[in-house]
Amino acid sequence: MAILEVQHIGKRFGATHVLEDVSFQLEQGQALAIIGSSGSGKTTLLRCLNFLETPDQGKILVKDRVLFDAADLSTQRESEIRKKRLHFGMVFQSFNLFPQYTALENVTLACKLQAREQPDYKANKKQLLADIDARGRALLDRMGLSDRTGHYPHQLSGGQQQRIAIARALAMQPDILCFDEPTSALDPELTGEVLKVIRSLADQNTTMIIVTHEMAFARDVADQVIFMDEGVIVEQGPARQVIEHPAQARTRQFLTRYEENRP
Amino acid sequence: MSFQTVNLLLGKSFVLNCEIFFVTLLLSLPLGLLVCLGTMSRFRPLSGLTKLYVYLMRSTPLMLQLAIVYYLPGILSPGHMLPRLTAACLAFVLNYAAYFSEIFRGGIQSVPRGQQEAGAVLGMTKPQVFFHVTLLQVIKRIVPPMGNEVITLIKDTSLANFIMVKEIIAMAKEFGNKSMIWPLFYAGVFFLVFNGLVSLGLERLEKRLDYFK
Repeated sequence: MAILEVQHIGKRFGATHVLEDVSFQLEQGQALAIIGSSGSGKTTLLRCLNFLETPDQGKILVKDRVLFDAADLSTQRESEIRKKRLHFGMVFQSFNLFPQYTALENVTLACKLQAREQPDYKANKKQLLADIDARGRALLDRMGLSDRTGHYPHQLSGGQQQRIAIARALAMQPDILCFDEPTSALDPELTGEVLKVIRSLADQNTTMIIVTHEMAFARDVADQVIFMDEGVIVEQGPARQVIEHPAQARTRQFLTRYEENRP
Repeated sequence: MSFQTVNLLLGKSFVLNCEIFFVTLLLSLPLGLLVCLGTMSRFRPLSGLTKLYVYLMRSTPLMLQLAIVYYLPGILSPGHMLPRLTAACLAFVLNYAAYFSEIFRGGIQSVPRGQQEAGAVLGMTKPQVFFHVTLLQVIKRIVPPMGNEVITLIKDTSLANFIMVKEIIAMAKEFGNKSMIWPLFYAGVFFLVFNGLVSLGLERLEKRLDYFK
């Protein structure tokens, strides 16, 4: 069953078409990698899924429910968007951790704010918050950061910060976890630790969309790959097939140039 | 007249300066925040109106504003003048709120957009993002420019003598009329001590916010 269905998404910034007629499906438990050169619309696509941008056209369905329909304004109400967003988790290229909170607080903040909306919050406050903290610790432990829970972001390396950001996204238990070039802001020697974490998430059948420039990683970890160019999907298919035996000339051209520019 | 008497009289009048100072600080900070949100609003009439307000307040002398707040009500409806000190406080609050609003705006706009986005994708409401994510980062960034304004404020309170509030400089000048010039110079010590304490407080606040970057 497709957990996510994107239908004919289009997005313009002024006169520029950033996305044109983008459609794809994602199965539960699968990892999808989106590749393509800068400015091809990969990031905008992720931002549309997370409601950080509003598409001009198209529909987004999660678990067969219409989350967004460009033609239906009732699906775009601010109050509902907030809840719909929680179907998706987002890991940003620049981490965007909250600098004034510790690693653990970064992971638990949104959960704690959400707990306040529960009817039994006042009665069970202590228990609820303790549970959230315990879950936060467990998540950081999964990221290999159990000894860094009390550290502030600026005291940690980029790789550690990004792993906290992953834990923070997982804490909201999203159906689909999105990564926007998660290693592009990292030194090469820190890339590995973040990729390792994403790989382990894939092994546990986390449903993911990963925008990345790491071709070998996309080939090995993703089930499906989409290649985008100038706002359209040029090619999509099983990861190994698209990256090793691309059918389209533009995909081949991109991958060749990528190979040539590798250090 | 003895040093002690001068000290006592100057001290008593400096209480007025302090009153204006604290009332202004207490009221113009929240008002400034509201004005700031107004200028940043996407609702054009509101942003236009608040921007006009900031323009008027920052572009005319505070002394003139004092005179308007004090004399205008009496001219419009004779007999209805505000007490001098109240008028002075009102003029200061209105004036400083305009300056504070711009400092707030600078602070809010200097927090990277990614912070708000990170909060939003975690399902936080806009107020939650503002109070739990943005605000403390704004405060950290605006402490130095705020410090400037706060230090200027206590000195500016002397302008209230323009509408005959008998604050410390007015009192010191009175000694001058009796051929005693040193109390006027000495009045500076009150400001030095006051601002010395303010500076210390600001420094401590900056240190307390030093735990994050």
